[in-house]
Amino acid sequence: MDLGLDVSERDGYTVLAVRGEVDVYTAPRFRERLIELVSEGKHRIIVDLEGVDFLDSTGLGVLVGGLKRLRSHDGDLLLVCTQSRILKVFEITGLTKVFSIYESVDDAVAA
Amino acid sequence: MTERAVQLEIPAGAEFVALARLVVSAMAAGETQLSDDRVDDLKIAVSEACTNAIEAHDALDTEERVLVECWADESHLEVRIEDRGSGFDVSDLPEHPPVTDPERLKFERGLGIPLIRALVDEVEFSSSDDGTAVRLVMHHDDELDGED
Repeated sequence: MDLGLDVSERDGYTVLAVRGEVDVYTAPRFRERLIELVSEGKHRIIVDLEGVDFLDSTGLGVLVGGLKRLRSHDGDLLLVCTQSRILKVFEITGLTKVFSIYESVDDAVAA
Repeated sequence: MTERAVQLEIPAGAEFVALARLVVSAMAAGETQLSDDRVDDLKIAVSEACTNAIEAHDALDTEERVLVECWADESHLEVRIEDRGSGFDVSDLPEHPPVTDPERLKFERGLGIPLIRALVDEVEFSSSDDGTAVRLVMHHDDELDGED
């Protein structure tokens, strides 16, 4: 199963664009990439979930861990997501109250 | 439509959870009138249950396989995921702080079972020292319409 993790820079933010399915098999690579970015000093990260086809609680756990790590560095982790099937898992778990979720990278950068 | 069933035994490896999702979603698409959204909901529930099963086998370092059974009839689709782990008490799961509490960020796990409960029409956990079986049920969309 393929998981795409593309990193780019945008107006002071590091954008991590995730593609594919995030589950117990692929989540470790996702977690590892986030940890790498933080250890490289990237403390303002936007995770773009628009290319994600599937995300379960393992993926949510990676994002929660990433947010915790970034906040400990006075940073932040913003999300981009418009897909209702992905947003639904954030809504059910109450994580829409924890994460700032935007409709586009442009909106996240401008926030 | 007569009852159709699929049985799948997967090795307890993380890479096989996607296969379980694929089989169940193919069954749901081919044998039921579930909407795409509800098939997506079921896929998440199956993924969560299979992840728990695989982690239960991993904890025991057992080579036993996880059983995934799926069947459908005129009224519903049912999936059963069975492991040979050491079991758990579903009524005694640790409570996490509310999501608005900053302490909540210390917990990266524990969201799977709440997701399962929210996404399927019926869920039943049967757990003992010999393993856990999770039964997930989705009623056909036209059956739900008839309940109004």
